[in-house]
Amino acid sequence: MNLATKDIRHNLGRFVLTTIGIGLLLMIVMGMGGIYKGLIHEATLLVNTVGADLWVVQGSTRGPFAELSRISANLEDRVRAVPGVASARRFVSYTVQREVRGRKLRLVVTGLAWPEDRGDWIPLVAGRPLRQAHYEMIADRSLGLALGERVKLGKEVYEVVGLTKGLVGGGGDGLGFFTASDAAAIQFDVPAEATRLERAARQARLAVSDLGRVQPLLRNRAGGPASGLPALARPQVSAVLVRLQPGANTSVALATIATWPDVSVYTTHQQIDMLIAGMVDKARRQLGLFRVLLIIISTIIMALIIYTLTLDKIHDIAMLKLIGARNGVIVGLILQQALLMGALGYGLAYWIGTFAFPQFPRRVVIEMPDLLLLAGVVLAISVLSSLLGIWKAMSVEPNKVLS
Amino acid sequence: MSTTAATPAIETFSLTKVYGHDNTEVVAMKDVSLRVNRGEVVALVGPSGAGKSTLLTAVGLINPPTAGRIVIGGQPVMEADRAFVDLRAFRRKHLGFVFQKANLIPFLTTVENVQLAMEINDASSRAARSRAPELLDYLGVADRADHLPDALSGGEQQRVAVARALANEPSLILADEPTAALDGTRGRQVMELFRKVAHERGAGAIVVTHDHRALDVFDQIYEMEDGRLSPSQLNKPNQQPERSVV
Repeated sequence: MNLATKDIRHNLGRFVLTTIGIGLLLMIVMGMGGIYKGLIHEATLLVNTVGADLWVVQGSTRGPFAELSRISANLEDRVRAVPGVASARRFVSYTVQREVRGRKLRLVVTGLAWPEDRGDWIPLVAGRPLRQAHYEMIADRSLGLALGERVKLGKEVYEVVGLTKGLVGGGGDGLGFFTASDAAAIQFDVPAEATRLERAARQARLAVSDLGRVQPLLRNRAGGPASGLPALARPQVSAVLVRLQPGANTSVALATIATWPDVSVYTTHQQIDMLIAGMVDKARRQLGLFRVLLIIISTIIMALIIYTLTLDKIHDIAMLKLIGARNGVIVGLILQQALLMGALGYGLAYWIGTFAFPQFPRRVVIEMPDLLLLAGVVLAISVLSSLLGIWKAMSVEPNKVLS
Repeated sequence: MSTTAATPAIETFSLTKVYGHDNTEVVAMKDVSLRVNRGEVVALVGPSGAGKSTLLTAVGLINPPTAGRIVIGGQPVMEADRAFVDLRAFRRKHLGFVFQKANLIPFLTTVENVQLAMEINDASSRAARSRAPELLDYLGVADRADHLPDALSGGEQQRVAVARALANEPSLILADEPTAALDGTRGRQVMELFRKVAHERGAGAIVVTHDHRALDVFDQIYEMEDGRLSPSQLNKPNQQPERSVV
């Protein structure tokens, strides 16, 4: 005869309410882990998806996801000359916040190296990759843009030709893919007056420089768009993505590029490690601490509930001892209730989570190893929380029945 | 079965129980020697605080005496506070308890309360399920088998408590004012039940009671006063203890 289930049946209301409370607490613990995993997933999503073997970034920086990285767009030509490199393409990534249809639009502008990279590798849920050098974009659904919608960014209007799902940056903002030059145009969009002043200043600088004196024809170009001045223009891309030839030695290519004093180079794995260490580490520690606190709180609440349930039964436990019940029967009664409460709470947490987590603004990633780990933690706190009740039950004397 | 068998269900030798020390010392029981045979039902009467419950809990192995010896079913069980057996296991196999309150487990049905006592004594679930209703039937509460204790009257609860006490066919039944919460008629029914059980099942029974209206059902009556046990004046001529008390 299972005394634990019989007792639960008798006190069903209290047991159910307590289990719901425990379940909600565990759901938060589960969610905290999921949010952390979601942060990592989102932070590394682009790096994992873009398909690069090496990332060449501004010298002495840790890449565009950790800090500002500016390198010359024509660096890709230099990289292509490195033995073992199959392809190199420029990459632009930065976050902007603009207003579209009267609401704030915060997106991670990602520039693709047209025409080599048209975004064919991007997992689309609707539409198509980029098919022209300008004025097209691929947007993530989280941005709230529809296929075919036209969005004004800077001075130009871009048409949404493709849609992705769940493709977000480290900050949880949806990605928007453009050609690199469009991305640069959006990034460096400045008021017309500022542009005129900059061009005039550039022409003035050229006039007093040796270059201007030797090549006076450059004065016309200096007064034009900055993108037409490769030698004089500011760095225009965030990184150059390198694809190695099949069978090429990564460390050799890495070592070669690493000798260049103006850039830093990282493997994709290193880039991911830096992302996690830089962007997610503090969040991980904060969430971890919060999880530990919640687990302690859950344990204390469970212990108090189990203790209270045991106190309610103390006379019955004394009677059980009086009629000769072994300690195992009494321990089993308390422990089984705690384990059942933990198990049902855990199941409830998972069940509610399947509905609740998708509604969260940031992605919540619940993985099997985390579920198993939490199950182990729940098992441990169930046992731990029953100890107080078991201690009380063991200390009661059978002659308590007479009082 | 005969009303008394030669084998003693319990014998006690000079049981003494002292609470406290020095100035706070209270002698609750003094040199109590008692013999109850199998099939014999014995009443223990006396004023409150006389030591009746102390004696009952001592022979029930839940409150060890300060001095003296207890032999149950011919087996030495305790000498002062030194136990010769595993007391809990011994209680499980050889003793049955009934108290003023039935003390049934509230979350178990009537039949489950009896079943539990059997299962605690290592009976299989199947055997317990089969025997428990028989016991309830024997005690006249079979129709209440599936009710929770709350749904039973006081008398019915006491009958179930008696059924539970009998579950493992104990050699000794100990009852502490089992009719205190019952009216006269039901109280007498319960007392007669003890007599019936003791006589038919060959168990010894010691019943502490204040209810003098039902003393005629007992084979012997003892009185306790100031911790000392003596044969009661209430004994009828045929109710003479076989063994004198010290």
